[in-house]
Amino acid sequence: MSDFVSSFWNIYIAVITIVSILGCAVLLWMQSSAKHVEGKTTGHVWDENLEELSNPLPNWWRWLFYLTVIFALFYLAMYPGLGSFKGQYQWTSTGQYDNEMKKADDQYGPIFQKYLKQDIRVVATNPEAREIGQRLFLTYCSQCHGSDAQGAKGFPNLTDKDWLFGGSPEQIKETIKDGRSALMPAKGVKPDLSGDEIKSIAHYVRSLSGLAADPIRIHRGRQLFSVACAVCHGPEGKGNVGLAPNLADKVWLYGSSEDSIIETSSNGRVNQMPAFGDFLGEAKVHLLTAYVYGLGDGQ
Amino acid sequence: MQLPTTYHYKVVRQFTVMTVIWGIVGMLVGVIIAAQLVWPELSVNEYLSYGRLRPLHTNAVIFAFGGCALFATSYFVVQRTSHAPLFAPRLAAFTFWGWQLVIVLAAVTLPMGMTQAKEYAELEWPIDILITLVWVSYAVVFFGTIAKRTVSHIYVANWFYGSFILAVALLHLVNSAAMPVSLFPMKSYSAYAGVQDAMVQWWYGHNAVGFFLTAGFLGMMYYFVPKQADRPIYSYRLSVVHFWALIFTYMWAGPHHLHYTALPDWTQSIGMVFSLILLAPSWGGMINGIMTLSGAWHKLRDDPFLKFLITSLSFYGMSTFEGPMMSIKTVNALSHYTDWTIGHVHSGALGWVAMISIGSIYYLLPRLYGKAQMHSMKAVETHFWIATIGIVLYIASMWIAGVMQGLMWRATNPDGTLTYSFVESVKATYPFWTIRLLGGVLFLTGMLIMAWNMFKTMAGGQAIEAPVLKAAIAHQAN
Repeated sequence: MSDFVSSFWNIYIAVITIVSILGCAVLLWMQSSAKHVEGKTTGHVWDENLEELSNPLPNWWRWLFYLTVIFALFYLAMYPGLGSFKGQYQWTSTGQYDNEMKKADDQYGPIFQKYLKQDIRVVATNPEAREIGQRLFLTYCSQCHGSDAQGAKGFPNLTDKDWLFGGSPEQIKETIKDGRSALMPAKGVKPDLSGDEIKSIAHYVRSLSGLAADPIRIHRGRQLFSVACAVCHGPEGKGNVGLAPNLADKVWLYGSSEDSIIETSSNGRVNQMPAFGDFLGEAKVHLLTAYVYGLGDGQ
Repeated sequence: MQLPTTYHYKVVRQFTVMTVIWGIVGMLVGVIIAAQLVWPELSVNEYLSYGRLRPLHTNAVIFAFGGCALFATSYFVVQRTSHAPLFAPRLAAFTFWGWQLVIVLAAVTLPMGMTQAKEYAELEWPIDILITLVWVSYAVVFFGTIAKRTVSHIYVANWFYGSFILAVALLHLVNSAAMPVSLFPMKSYSAYAGVQDAMVQWWYGHNAVGFFLTAGFLGMMYYFVPKQADRPIYSYRLSVVHFWALIFTYMWAGPHHLHYTALPDWTQSIGMVFSLILLAPSWGGMINGIMTLSGAWHKLRDDPFLKFLITSLSFYGMSTFEGPMMSIKTVNALSHYTDWTIGHVHSGALGWVAMISIGSIYYLLPRLYGKAQMHSMKAVETHFWIATIGIVLYIASMWIAGVMQGLMWRATNPDGTLTYSFVESVKATYPFWTIRLLGGVLFLTGMLIMAWNMFKTMAGGQAIEAPVLKAAIAHQAN
């Protein structure tokens, strides 16, 4: 067993454990057989009136103690505990987990497999499948994307039509299965942007979606944007699926205020969607994809 | 050497008063974080956020309130049962001021976010060093007083206090071993890594319960219960067996905090069986305390001090039954990470630790200030009932909430998916958190009544020093 670097520790643990458990019983047995007289004190007095009676140990208590000792020895004969001795039941926590997972797969697997054979667009219209998908979503996705899938700052809204990595069933499935990582570099591709220049870019970016902005800064910002940002976000800020978000729509992952945009431009952003493929398996990812796809299409 | 003729009561008085004050502070912080769970918007900034106030609450009630109660009573008990004044009284004065400094530093650094991130051992390395200095001084004063006793036998209360002092020193030194990296902000890295670190932490954590919160307070019980009941201890034999069995088996029980984790299976099993063996030794203390009252049950009717003491033993018995049950793996699979654990801890912390401390301090106050009785016995009676109702509301709501959470987390639909998302279990817990808050407010109210009564008693009396009693002739040490 890999828990021990040598067989010495294995024996050490087994011996010290058994000796300790038996030691409790021996202490109890020795003290039960000692002489005592009910109702009499031991004869010692402290602080005027503190005395001790020499009453025997209560019988029920003695037997409770012995019982726990017997149970302990029985348990350690059946379950792992005495060093690398595996116990009669050969039980392990990983074994129990594997068994339960296998049982669950056998029992529930066919339910999920049924949908795996169907096209995601079809599954997305099946009310029963959507119900299962929603339950999976609430368990695995709601922590970030919210119970209503409307997201939060830094966590995309899945109910709108805006898809950072594409909204086709295949693209959504890839996102859930393999995860996504995204990086916006600080100051885009022009690391020497000054604070004032970034402010102008922020005004220009706000103007793209019709938000209030200073006309002079818009003018200056447009030129700076074409140098620092356009290589990813495109000359008109309309973005590129899988590369950079569209800045000309009403969807803002980190907020549309001047301060938020300045923060994003100055410090950049790093974000990640974890991969669920290995964890959930193909069939559950398939159902989740259908559920999320259904949300996006407003069904 | 010329013996002084009086016991040293000054340090006992100082710790006694601070017990009540820190009790109020610690429980107030508890009430605040309980309110934050009901109204999360009360978490106004990072300094007053739940994550930083929670360790402040646990440290304040365990080490400030509980610690001061243990210092006060142990200094009182060891002198009187040794029939000798304190050894090194100036060192005892240092333990008082040193311990208060530890508490103040905790109250400053924890809200600032400086923490070792080990439960009940959050304080950073410079404070850990100060704790070590205070603790060694405490041991010198305590065992020095035992050494100069004028009575041949060592009274049972002192066995428990002594084991508590030694074990806490060992626990603190091992678990807080760390590599310091900076003084401001205070920062260090644990000497252990991974699952070993977790095991060392819970070896410490469970023995903090076993020695700080159990053995120490059993020492308190063994003096104040027979004193207030004016009856001999029920069984000397029982105290011998349960003392040795208790201090021996507690040391093994830590792994039950790490069931179903990366801790090897064999370690979990050993932790579980020793937790079960711990049941009888724990109950030994309860039997010895409650049975001491046998033949004098009527005293319970009109003595509010005894009510506190005996009720505390009932809660002690209840939580030491609950603990071994929760250490059984199949039960733990349901209870772990739920509010059941919080209920269990508070049936111990409020029911046992706080109630026995309150009873003992009510016993001490008039005797330290030359009064026959507390300023208002009616207020003591009121305190008892408010506190008891508070505890019952607290632990009953947390039991129900915990079992409910455990069942909700494991409930599945016919398709194998989880029936409830996590946030649904949070939503379902709100009513119980509200009841818990009410229970906490009641308990805190009781402490405020106690503070009022204490200051009135102090104002009506004056600090006295009692003469050292001569030991009964037959028992004098040679």
